[in-house]
Amino acid sequence: MTYLAKPKLLAADAPRNALGYTRRDYEGAISTLCAGCGHDSISASIVQACFDLDIEPHKVAKLSGIGCSSKTPDYFLGNSHGFNSVHGRMPSVLTGAALANRNLLYLGVSGDGDSASIGIGQFAHAMRRGVNMTYIVENNGVYGLTKGQFSATADKGTKSKKGVINSDSPIDLAMLALQLGATYVARSFSGDKEQLVPLIKGALRHGGPAFIDVISPCVTFNNHAGSTKSYDYVREHNAAVNRLDVILPKAQIEASYPPGSLRRVVQHDGSILHLRKVGVDYDPSDRIGAMNHLQERQALGEIVTGLLYVDSSGQDMHTHLNTVEKPLNQLGDAYLCPGSKALEALNAMLR
Amino acid sequence: MNTPAIQHCNDFVLKFANVNGSGSASANELFARAIIRMGVPVAPRNIFPSNIQGLPTWYEVRVSEAGWLGARGGCDMMVAMNPQTWDRDVAAIDRGGYLFYDSTKPLPPSKFREDITVLGVPLTAMCNAEYDDARQRQLFKNIMYVGALIALLDMEFAAAEQLIVDRYRGKDQLIKANVNALRLGYEYAKKNLPCPIGLTVKRADAVGDRIMIDGNSACGLGAVFGGATVAGWYPITPSTSVIESFSSYCRKFRTDPDNGRARYAIVQAEDELASIGMVIGAGWNGARAFTATSGPGISLMQEFFGLAYFAEIPAVIVDVQRGSPSTGMPTRTQQSDLLSCAYASHGDTRHVLLFPQDAYECFSLTAQAFDLAERLQTPVFVLSDLDIGMNDQLCAPFDWDDSRRYDRGKLMTYEELEAGKDFGRYLDVDGDGIPYRTIPGTHPTRGAYFTRGTTRNPYAKYSEVGSDYVYNMERLRRKFNTAKDLVPAPILKKAAQPTHVGVIHYGSTAPAMAEAGALLAADGIHVDTLRVRGFPFSDEVMQFIAERDAVFVVEQNESAQLRTLLVNEGEIDPKKLVRVLHYDGSPITARFIAGKIADALSDRKVSPIGQPQRKVAS
Repeated sequence: MTYLAKPKLLAADAPRNALGYTRRDYEGAISTLCAGCGHDSISASIVQACFDLDIEPHKVAKLSGIGCSSKTPDYFLGNSHGFNSVHGRMPSVLTGAALANRNLLYLGVSGDGDSASIGIGQFAHAMRRGVNMTYIVENNGVYGLTKGQFSATADKGTKSKKGVINSDSPIDLAMLALQLGATYVARSFSGDKEQLVPLIKGALRHGGPAFIDVISPCVTFNNHAGSTKSYDYVREHNAAVNRLDVILPKAQIEASYPPGSLRRVVQHDGSILHLRKVGVDYDPSDRIGAMNHLQERQALGEIVTGLLYVDSSGQDMHTHLNTVEKPLNQLGDAYLCPGSKALEALNAMLR
Repeated sequence: MNTPAIQHCNDFVLKFANVNGSGSASANELFARAIIRMGVPVAPRNIFPSNIQGLPTWYEVRVSEAGWLGARGGCDMMVAMNPQTWDRDVAAIDRGGYLFYDSTKPLPPSKFREDITVLGVPLTAMCNAEYDDARQRQLFKNIMYVGALIALLDMEFAAAEQLIVDRYRGKDQLIKANVNALRLGYEYAKKNLPCPIGLTVKRADAVGDRIMIDGNSACGLGAVFGGATVAGWYPITPSTSVIESFSSYCRKFRTDPDNGRARYAIVQAEDELASIGMVIGAGWNGARAFTATSGPGISLMQEFFGLAYFAEIPAVIVDVQRGSPSTGMPTRTQQSDLLSCAYASHGDTRHVLLFPQDAYECFSLTAQAFDLAERLQTPVFVLSDLDIGMNDQLCAPFDWDDSRRYDRGKLMTYEELEAGKDFGRYLDVDGDGIPYRTIPGTHPTRGAYFTRGTTRNPYAKYSEVGSDYVYNMERLRRKFNTAKDLVPAPILKKAAQPTHVGVIHYGSTAPAMAEAGALLAADGIHVDTLRVRGFPFSDEVMQFIAERDAVFVVEQNESAQLRTLLVNEGEIDPKKLVRVLHYDGSPITARFIAGKIADALSDRKVSPIGQPQRKVAS
């Protein structure tokens, strides 16, 4: 069986969001990934985030490359257009789509092989260019569909299911994103939806290049002792720097926190990020500090999670290109074609 | 001197030998345009190295009142300004020809030839006397030799002067300085040299309303008129100026008058993979998008072409072909990407190709490519080449019908979805093989689908069922057949007399082929010619072959790529298609084509109906 539609049965009292949609309206086909796959939790978090934010499903375009993670866009947002493109090349396809219509939300879903191995170039350049997108890497350190080879995010010294020790240094995509100009950088864990859902919500409302590295254990090929991407390992070594709440402009602020423990960031669209400090004193507006913190903790074997960096100025590729407000794919002939008079004048200059 | 000096009015080839980066290009172009202003057609060609400064470069001007715009071969007059290439430049002059040089430094007689006329002007000495600044000395030396040539060839000084005025309008100092240099050269030649020489230019009325522009600029302009809003690209010779032109025409025509903002987006990608990825992403999302590249870029884009073909996404690719394989001859011309474009990518793929013959068609076919890409929902390749892409050429003036509207193809609208119209993204509803598509964001609950390069059923649901795959491939084949009648029709040119011999050619070969036809006819060999303008081939192409005993296929590549396409797609007996192949990197000439065809006909003893054949000098 190659395609499983989800049954449409719905409890009468299922909660609805401001648009009148239920969570089911944000779901997709039934996942064909392995039972217990971290990626399915991420899909569920995306569904929750879009439901919570009252996003119109058809105003989202979801794009991916190739691999287990890249299959997932079929499993959420069934009313959104999706594009399962070429291995490692989702960033360029997403960039083109974003150029064509600046008014949609672009959700790029990729894996560690897709983004850190074959697609490292496109990953880097999409960040540099400031594409307005939410770019999620479902990071399990292995190739799942081809049965367990290491990817470029696998830690040095980590052991494969077959017992092979990885001798290559890992690529830290969050670190790269920070360096290359992403203006919203986070890391999370697929097993911690409480942390992940707000991070996705913040990214979707960000208005610039937003990157989330989600450690997502591969239950089949990378969940054993000796792996640094297993459920047990990540739970034991998770060092969260903050907890995020995303508050929409109209919403009432209800939560109360002890003074000094809360940081408030207003994004360019008016959404408010509330960051609760966890344990460490961490400044998410300090890009260099973020990179230092990541490096220091990584040396101690810790996986730093939370919202690592945010710059809410709201600049993106379209700002740099100075494109018109109206999406380019909606400009009619009259706006595009200079017409025969212009051509005659040009001909005269060419004689 | 025993050899008589060549005597030709309005029909000769003059070649400038320069050093790259010396500022000669604009002076040489001034010379060519001045002749056009006198109503005499010219065909200028740049022969340049992969270099910015220092290596030799040549600029060839063919003057032809008869209007032959292909390369001719040979050289009646050499303007030898490059000491590095002196010996070979002098050797390249036809017997009885002319050598123009800078005579500031005396050269021994051994450096010259007995059978040519030598014309020296002490350009360096004159410039050193006139100018203090080193850069000025260099630049005005070029203008000065143009002035001397005007006197030697009996051209109208006023034509060149007016060009300078037009070029630097509003910059009076520049006009004055350039006209002064032009006059110094002109007066020196008038006073000291035997003006006019045997080669002369006489005012005629053979240019008409034609314009002069290079094909890459025309492609860029065609993309603006064709409605392109997104360009993703990566620099590669000889295609880079397509995007430069698109960018400059966009600034001119697509800047919002109210707020100065851009109605276009141009992104220089990190490589060709990313540039085609952007084009496909934008095309998927409903914008008209294109890239420009050359052979190596086409190779890098292969995987994406397969995706776009199978996922059925409009895209336009302008391929300005150059010598290949590998980096090949990056600054020389070829038509060698036909096969790598026609069957680009893994699996069973076929792509639509367009073959412009000159700058006019670079404009019109590029504009048309966007309609075809959206109508057919597939990549469309415009196969230009370095010869027409980077050389200025005379061509018909651009035209545009203001009543024309962009053909956006089968796009399902919000209203249709709302009314409950059945939407199957890969469903053939009317037999032409082209399905309907929706653009992301069209309707809140209907019409969304998941695009993928893997098999799906007609409703875009993932499927590994063999019959779904077969349905889809058969539909794609029907779609390709539909394209046969949508691509521009071939152009037939009947010989003056009935004949059983035909010639098929395409692209930049056209001007040389037209002249070759005349050369052959003058020798009693009559051939019908068919200029193919698109792939897949229309029935007319196959009919042309079927109706003739022998058909020559003239191409600028080594492996007879169009012939391969004809044999493969039309199931033609290969013996019937005779190769005429030119692939040394220089543009094909009429002499080459006529010689090959005449030789082959005499070898094969295939006699065209009409007069008995004679061999054409080659």
